Amino acid sequence: MKMSGAQMVCEAIIAEGVKTVFGYPGGAIMNVYDEIYKQNTFRHILTRHEQAAVHAADGYARATGEVGVAMVTSGPGFTNAVTGLATAYMDSIPLVVISGQVPLSLIGTDGFQEIDAVGISRPCTKHNYLVRSLEELPRILKEAFYIARSGRPGPVLVDIPKDITGELGEFIYPETVDLPTYKPRYKGNDRQIKKAVDAIVNAKKPLLYIGGGAVLSNAYEAVRELAEITQIPAVETLMARGIMGAKNPLLIGMLGMHGSYASNMAMSETDLIISLGARFDDRVTGKLSEFARYADIIHIDIDPANIGKLVDVDYPIVGDVKIVVEKMIEMIRDKVDPDRYQVWRDILKRYDELHPLMYHDSEETIKPQWVIERIGELVGEEAIITSDVGQHQMWAAQFYPFDRPRQWINSGGLGTMGFGFPAALGAKMGHPEKVVINITGDGSILMNVQELVTAAEYNLPVINVILNNHFLGMVRQWQTFFYDKRYSETDLSFQPDWKLLAEACGGAGYDVTTKEEFDQALKSAIDGKKVTFLNVAVDRFENVLPMVPAGGALYNMLLEHKEK
Amino acid sequence: MDKVRRVISVIVANEAQVLARVSGLFAGRGYNIDSLTVAPIPDTDLSHMTIVTQGNQRVIEQIVKQLHKLIPTFKVIEHEQMVEKEMVLIKFPIEGPIADIQALCQAYNGGIVNVGTEMFIAMAADESMRIAHFIEAAKRYQPLEIVRSGVVAMER
Repeated sequence: MKMSGAQMVCEAIIAEGVKTVFGYPGGAIMNVYDEIYKQNTFRHILTRHEQAAVHAADGYARATGEVGVAMVTSGPGFTNAVTGLATAYMDSIPLVVISGQVPLSLIGTDGFQEIDAVGISRPCTKHNYLVRSLEELPRILKEAFYIARSGRPGPVLVDIPKDITGELGEFIYPETVDLPTYKPRYKGNDRQIKKAVDAIVNAKKPLLYIGGGAVLSNAYEAVRELAEITQIPAVETLMARGIMGAKNPLLIGMLGMHGSYASNMAMSETDLIISLGARFDDRVTGKLSEFARYADIIHIDIDPANIGKLVDVDYPIVGDVKIVVEKMIEMIRDKVDPDRYQVWRDILKRYDELHPLMYHDSEETIKPQWVIERIGELVGEEAIITSDVGQHQMWAAQFYPFDRPRQWINSGGLGTMGFGFPAALGAKMGHPEKVVINITGDGSILMNVQELVTAAEYNLPVINVILNNHFLGMVRQWQTFFYDKRYSETDLSFQPDWKLLAEACGGAGYDVTTKEEFDQALKSAIDGKKVTFLNVAVDRFENVLPMVPAGGALYNMLLEHKEK
Repeated sequence: MDKVRRVISVIVANEAQVLARVSGLFAGRGYNIDSLTVAPIPDTDLSHMTIVTQGNQRVIEQIVKQLHKLIPTFKVIEHEQMVEKEMVLIKFPIEGPIADIQALCQAYNGGIVNVGTEMFIAMAADESMRIAHFIEAAKRYQPLEIVRSGVVAMER
């Protein structure tokens, strides 16, 4: 059957089982939008900015584990989408982004709304395509979805000139891909796994170091089982929150710049790191020469380039975390003696008692950490929590009782302010039955505030809890510690009326200054089933602690002191 | 860690953007390219790139892994035992001592490849180090223009 390129795009989206596309139309992508209008199989959500479309597709992908799809036009439509691509790239999120391009004959002429999309996106996509003929379009679409979700996942851009979406041709969607140059390895090398198992059995102070890869490979059951069988304590990165579950006695906490004392000490004193889909990011390691000085390292990662990139690895294992850990469990089950690590567990328990993750609650002002804990008490594992970037993000990661993977959605690698709200819309589309709360700040929320309209139009009752300290808080914190309290351009005292702003766009707003009001407002927000701004006035000068100053050794933390 | 010179061959799908992907990888991650050559491999859909780079061992290892990670990359060869050749063309004014220059070229697997009314062009093909020596020797004859090809290499 003959069909247009635009129809082929829609048919491919349908064939891939995609139910929701986020996007924004424009000149060069209009042919495709015309076909979207004519079909009834997938839903299109019109965000109010292309960046938000990509973040929403990203949030959808993180919440569901499926490939997120976004669609934008050429030129500014595409450049607005770049931050979304880069965000997904840094956190290895599977996306297919389809952009319109000027017709083939105009490419290279500086045509209206022409920009070199493949050139710009090359460093922030896993792969990208400029489609150059209708014949190759079905194959490229098939490959795009395959590349996005296989191996180490990532965003793929397909840039399609307008004349190609208008042209008629034969459509046969390939059933398989034929990419001789791209063969991801999932199964780890058995001999290497065996060596790693021997190392674990012989270690005295082993530590599971769990990263976002464990979420991406849906490995949480295997990881929990490995911990359970071996009774090896675990630390999680920012991206892995929820893998072990907050109630798990083997979970020491989050490590890194704002990790707990016990977690960072565990990493500093362990004799064997078992890295499961983590990549030794600088926010985790602190000063590299002081990082885990006593440890041998088992590094399990699907991306060989991550192994040995920053630290020397003793047991490299290239493979999918889930598959490798399942194999490890098989090999280690009868060999390991969990009592062997009892002293080590006791040491870490003692560290946690010495300097637990804590804050000083107050009767006068609301502490931001209290808000996080309170949300946890009120909605706990029922909710999906997204966040923007800054202090609120770190407090959420520290104090929210995450119980399952994909419950915590945030921009870890790129650190994109403005990510949380549109990502929450995507998560809500993926899980309409769940309460979705975006924990945000008075800085971040304004960076995609136009999505109030999207949320109201599509009845996506996402609750934005604004931890409002009238500051660009994290930058303010650094200015306090490292810039002699010169608060250069971080005072955000001039603010909109949040309640009115939300209401003006068809949502609901609550201004909260007391704990009682907070409980009431959150309950009303959940019951009200409207997109909500829940504006909470919090302590202006609260700091995120512990803190490892940038470039410092992981074991040198600024701590909150018990007495104050 | 000490910087080392490395010759790396990359076998890639012969498709649009592939050179930009490779050179962009070097540029974006701050790696050096001393030379880069590329040409199709006969009777295949592949191209052979030869890249000369330098860096410490960790950097070289990352370069190899990152090159391999590119979707169109079929194979990356970090050369150990190789035959390595480079070509140079040098233009001299016609007044130059053509016989002397020809003798010099012959010592470096080359010869005079073109003679015009104003100038003549000499060629040499040899290992990079020897090409550098050849250029050094040729400088006393007032060369007008020097063009090096960059390295091609083959594992033996």
